[in-house]
Amino acid sequence: MSLLEVENLWVRFPTRQGIFDAVRGVSFTLERERLGIVGESGSGKSMTGRAILRLIRKPGIVEADAIRLEGRNLLDLTEPEMRKVRGQKISMVMQDPKFSLNPVMTIGDQIMEAYLLHNNTSKAQARAKAIAMLEAVSIRDPERVMRAYPHEMSGGMGQRIMIAMMLIPDPQILIADEPTSALDVSVQRQVLDIMDGLVKERGMGLIFISHDLNLVSEFCDRVLIMYAGRIVEVCDADKLHQAKHPYTQGLLNSLPRLDQPKKHLEVLKRDDAWADGESVGGS
Amino acid sequence: MSASDTNQERRRRAPLFPWIKGTLLTLGSIAVTMLGLLFVTFVIGRVMPIDPVLAIVGERASQSTYDAVYEQLGLDKPLIVQFFYYLWDVVRGDFGMSLLNARPVSEDIARVFPATMELATLGVFVGIVLGVPLGVVAAVNRGSWIDQIARVVALVGYSMPIFWLGLMGLLVFYGVLGWVGGPGRLDIFYQDIVPTRTGMILLDSALAGEWSVFRNAFSHIVLPASLLGYYSLAYISRMTRSFMLEQLSAEYVTTARVKGLSERAVIWRHAFKNIRVQLITVIALSYANLLEGSVLTEIIFSWPGIGSYITTALLSADMNAVLGGTVVVGLIFICLNILSDLLYRVFDPRSK
Ligand SMILES: Nc1ncnc2c1ncn2[C@@H]1O[C@H](COP(=O)(O)OP(=O)(O)OP(=O)(O)O)[C@@H](O)[C@H]1O
Ligand SMILES: [Mg+2]
Repeated sequence: MSLLEVENLWVRFPTRQGIFDAVRGVSFTLERERLGIVGESGSGKSMTGRAILRLIRKPGIVEADAIRLEGRNLLDLTEPEMRKVRGQKISMVMQDPKFSLNPVMTIGDQIMEAYLLHNNTSKAQARAKAIAMLEAVSIRDPERVMRAYPHEMSGGMGQRIMIAMMLIPDPQILIADEPTSALDVSVQRQVLDIMDGLVKERGMGLIFISHDLNLVSEFCDRVLIMYAGRIVEVCDADKLHQAKHPYTQGLLNSLPRLDQPKKHLEVLKRDDAWADGESVGGS
Repeated sequence: MSASDTNQERRRRAPLFPWIKGTLLTLGSIAVTMLGLLFVTFVIGRVMPIDPVLAIVGERASQSTYDAVYEQLGLDKPLIVQFFYYLWDVVRGDFGMSLLNARPVSEDIARVFPATMELATLGVFVGIVLGVPLGVVAAVNRGSWIDQIARVVALVGYSMPIFWLGLMGLLVFYGVLGWVGGPGRLDIFYQDIVPTRTGMILLDSALAGEWSVFRNAFSHIVLPASLLGYYSLAYISRMTRSFMLEQLSAEYVTTARVKGLSERAVIWRHAFKNIRVQLITVIALSYANLLEGSVLTEIIFSWPGIGSYITTALLSADMNAVLGGTVVVGLIFICLNILSDLLYRVFDPRSK
């Protein structure tokens, strides 16, 4: 049994021009591995991630044959049951820590809240756990950081705090939605290394959403390529250059490469036919 | 990480200086605002085509009496000196004599202001207790029938003339149903029983343990206070709704949901905490409006408050009373501003 199985997932938004399908029949499975989702802006990566957590806001509609977590269909759960899945089983790190941390709550309170919600322990124990977790994401002086507010933190610190907060209830799956695109290039790798280390150490499944093919091929085992709400190709991260789909090849060709310098980078070409093809199963 | 670490260092090394600077700035701006206010009231007092001497001595006084009073009021001095005299008077709480009843204006204000304060406080209390939850619920259920009802409730509050609502309220709840007391603060039977301490009858009677007086006072205040509360509710609920909508679409709210928090915790523990600062400003504004004295409400309900006091004074050209009242109302605005500024610092960690 897979850790996570997504079957024929659709995310729809009613708009004035009719129904807009942001995700169109996506299927894939996730084991205790690192799965990358790549695609251009608007291709439905974030919506796929949020649909798994059932966090698509009204008026958005999520439809799927099944979204199974260890065999249990999340679509059949009641909202209170789903709340036990969120955080505890599946967690998510979002793009910009500037906006994803609550500005008027101390960092300590926010991390402890995540732990206390799913563990029936004392505050003192939650505190100790939170400090240990901050140390695990290489934060110096965690006692001080616990008392601090998010605006006192830099982006890299904020994102490590976010990772600590999302991993403290010990989930099995982490969805990282462009966790480093808002950060300075200099700290991107540092943050990813920390996240990667923790995910491996705990034997979790990771869904790493990004539009940076280089990062994805480096930090993932497998990659799904999304285009206009569909998965157009699935490949192993180390075999990306053998990708067959013209869109993937286009993405690869538009990347600068040190080993094969080029005068001009190719412009990404698109074909409406790709959007209409069958979605590739990602298992 | 290094950038923020050095920021932290800097903050720890010199924590006092910005605080002192901030306080001095606030005090300075308060002083300037007050001076400005007093300057305006002073100028109005001088340019009004009302002769303050004549108003005191009367039409038939002799020239020597007139001159004596003229001098006594300091009107022979240069304007700037007069202004400092005026400042000094105000600082001592001396607004001059009321020309209408020959009593010190400050005494009059000390009598009428608590009446307004009692009414306004209860009114804004109603506005907060009902308006804030209504706004939150409307935002959370945006577009639903609850939101529509909240919209209509607020719209009626904005657009109904207060005298009509007031008269209708009196007619129905006092005249027909007899559920509430009529105009005035107390029935005659209950007047002058409790000693005046705060000037607010509810408080005074509670302090004296005179619960029958308290009940009677409550039955009188409940209708005008609800009326003012309704207006305050209309404003507060609309503002709360729009503040909440803004927060509910923020990313940290999604984070809270990802953690697995219940919707209730997401709304109140996360989103609502972030609108406290804005809400305080709105509530302070609403309170200040009510404290200014809602003239129409005070007139309809024969409420002896500062609104009707200033209006009466204005209509009888009692300049000292008008200006005294204006200064007091201005001071209230300034005080509420300071208060909301202080609370702002308490509730927003970013302002520290
Ligand atoms: N509330 C909404 N109403 C209508 N359309 C929406 C709504 N939310 C998202 N969409 C659409 O869904 C599509 C997919 O959005 P999604 O956020 O998943 O893209 P993405 O692949 O994550 O892109 P990015 O790289 O920019 O984050 C977009 O075209 C977007 O316009
Ligand atoms: Mg996205």
